[in-house]
Amino acid sequence: MALPEERHVLVIFPHPDDEAFGVSGTISTYIKQGTPVTYACLTLGEMGRNLGNPPFATRESLPEIRKIELQASADAMGLTDLRMMGLRDKTIEFEDDEKMVGMITGLINELNPSLIITFYPNLSVHPDHEATARAVVRAVRRMKDRPKLHCVAFANDTLDVLGDPDIVHDMTAVRDQKMGAMKAHISQTAWMLEEMEHKLAQGDADTENWLTRERFYAYRWDQDFEESF
Amino acid sequence: MELVEVKKLQVQLDAFAGKDVYLHLETTNGSYATHFNEGFFNAGAFIRNVVINYELGKVVGESPHRVGLKLPYGWVYAQGITHYEMDEQGRLLLAGHDATGKLAVALEISETPFSY
Repeated sequence: MALPEERHVLVIFPHPDDEAFGVSGTISTYIKQGTPVTYACLTLGEMGRNLGNPPFATRESLPEIRKIELQASADAMGLTDLRMMGLRDKTIEFEDDEKMVGMITGLINELNPSLIITFYPNLSVHPDHEATARAVVRAVRRMKDRPKLHCVAFANDTLDVLGDPDIVHDMTAVRDQKMGAMKAHISQTAWMLEEMEHKLAQGDADTENWLTRERFYAYRWDQDFEESF
Repeated sequence: MELVEVKKLQVQLDAFAGKDVYLHLETTNGSYATHFNEGFFNAGAFIRNVVINYELGKVVGESPHRVGLKLPYGWVYAQGITHYEMDEQGRLLLAGHDATGKLAVALEISETPFSY
């Protein structure tokens, strides 16, 4: 599947592995098409809980492991512009809001993207996801010529609030790259991948569908999540 | 990390007593607990790089253990500790891992600040 041409795609998520499940196919496809893609990952997932039993990592060694996994995921997608933004996992919502907007605005000004991919405010479950989404929407809202904003939403009430996703990418052609990205984050994804591969082997259509179709909502500026900031 | 052996861990705890040390204390159910189980009341706490000086540190109970630090004017304790490690930087790292390998509690002591 060919995706519409873009000048530059900027992907902004807070955790290493946020890109893997939902958007690594889309990232891989843009890269194959020759579209420049930047992934700004705000933290190193320092607070990840999956440390194994017996443990393969400590609270202190996990960030280094996840940094290496993040780079491996970028390699699997063919992504060369990976930015590690240096925030700490599970603290983003406590950062100064204006500083967060400034960080995002800085990326946008530098890269001049025509498309930004992030989470959908109020529909992305994890406090870091929500804080990232708020900062991105606020930064884009202030721009005169707004780039397109495609958002990932996966809260349990997403369908009730937004209905069906308006953008669905069939990622069958980059399945290997997507699997590579998910496997790169093995410290966090091993259990999920094992279950997924079991279901795929049984020919489970929902799992195949979940794997190969990436779903986005164009941000609804006419139903903005806050009146102003 | 290895499974807690009370006597060995006790020696390590004793070694930090009476010193200004940096503390990391964390309990967590993960940020997705309520997403997967809507009735779940998700509580947790996180402290990092607060300096304390304890007069007595003690590990008690069968695994999962409880570890308490008695301060001149207060207490720090963690419940559910299963594993520990003295890392290459001389930091005492304690953790409680559930049966699926997920971290539930961490208590760490260091004479130098933990990374940001």
